[in-house]
Amino acid sequence: MKEKDVYAELSSIRNLMERSSKFISLSGLAGVLAGIYALAGAGLGYVFVKNISTLEGAESYLNEPMIFWPLFMIALAVLVCSIVTACWLTIIKARSRGESVWNPVSRRLLTATGVPLVTGGLFIIILLMKGEYDLIASGCLIFYGLALFSGSHYTYVDIKWLGIFQILLGLLALVVPVYGLILWAIGFGILHIVYGSIMHIKYER
Amino acid sequence: MKISLEHFDKAFENRLRLQIMSVLTVNESYDFNSLKDLLHVTDGNLASHLKALEKEVYISVFKSFVGRKPNTQYSATQKGKEAFKKHLQALENLIRQQK
Repeated sequence: MKEKDVYAELSSIRNLMERSSKFISLSGLAGVLAGIYALAGAGLGYVFVKNISTLEGAESYLNEPMIFWPLFMIALAVLVCSIVTACWLTIIKARSRGESVWNPVSRRLLTATGVPLVTGGLFIIILLMKGEYDLIASGCLIFYGLALFSGSHYTYVDIKWLGIFQILLGLLALVVPVYGLILWAIGFGILHIVYGSIMHIKYER
Repeated sequence: MKISLEHFDKAFENRLRLQIMSVLTVNESYDFNSLKDLLHVTDGNLASHLKALEKEVYISVFKSFVGRKPNTQYSATQKGKEAFKKHLQALENLIRQQK
C-alpha cells in the first residue's frame, strides 16, 4: 500500500459516510422559487383582502366566505406549486449526480419532516374549522420550522438554522398576530430566497 | 514505500468491505439493494463480502419480507464498529508518521 492509496482510501471512506447518511440532492433553486411563490401569494392575498374588505375592523374579515375561500385557494396553490417544484428539481439534481431519489436517507428525511408537517397541517385545519384565524400564520411557521429542524440531520446542516429562524418568526407571530401575514411572508418568502441562494452558491457551483 | 500492516484488520483488506463498514457505522441500518446502488457493485460481489463481515461478527443481518420481496437489513455490531475505528486510526497514524 502506498501513501497515495491511503489518502484515497480515507477520502473515499469520508465521502461514502457523507453520501450514505445525508441526502444532498436537495435543490437550492427550489428554495428560491418556493420563496417567490410565497411572496407572490402573500402579495395577491393582501391586495385581494384590501380590495374587498370594507375596512370595518380587520379582525372579522376572514369570517366572510367571499374572502376566506380565495385566500385558502391562494395558500393551497402556493403549497402545491412549491412541492411540485421541489420534487421536480430534486429528481433532476439526483439524476445528474447519478443517484437514486428513493434511498434509505431520503426515506428517513421524509419521515423526520413528515411527522411535524402532518401534525402542523392537521393543527391548521382544526384551527380553520374552529375559526381561530389568528394562530394560523404562527402555526404554519412553527410546525414548518420544527420539520426543517428535525429533517436537518439527514441533509445539509444549513437547514437547521433555517428551521430555527422559522420557529422564531412563528413565535413572534404568536405575540403580534396583527403582523401574521407579514411575518409569514418573511419566513416563507424572504428566508426561502435567502437560504436557497446560499445553498445554490455554496453547493451547486 | 511499503508500510507495516500489523495494526491493519485483515477483514478490511478488501476495499468493498471497508466501504460497507463505513456506510454501516454512520447509518443505523442499510438494506441490500440500497447498498448495491450506493456502491455500484454486483449482487454476487456484495453478497460474498457481506458474508465475510457477518462471519467476523462485524455486522448483523436481519431478514424480513416487504410484501413478497425479501428485504435484508444490515447493521454494524459493536465489535464491528470498534474494529473499523481501530483500522481508521491505523490509517491516520500512518499518514501522520510519514509527514
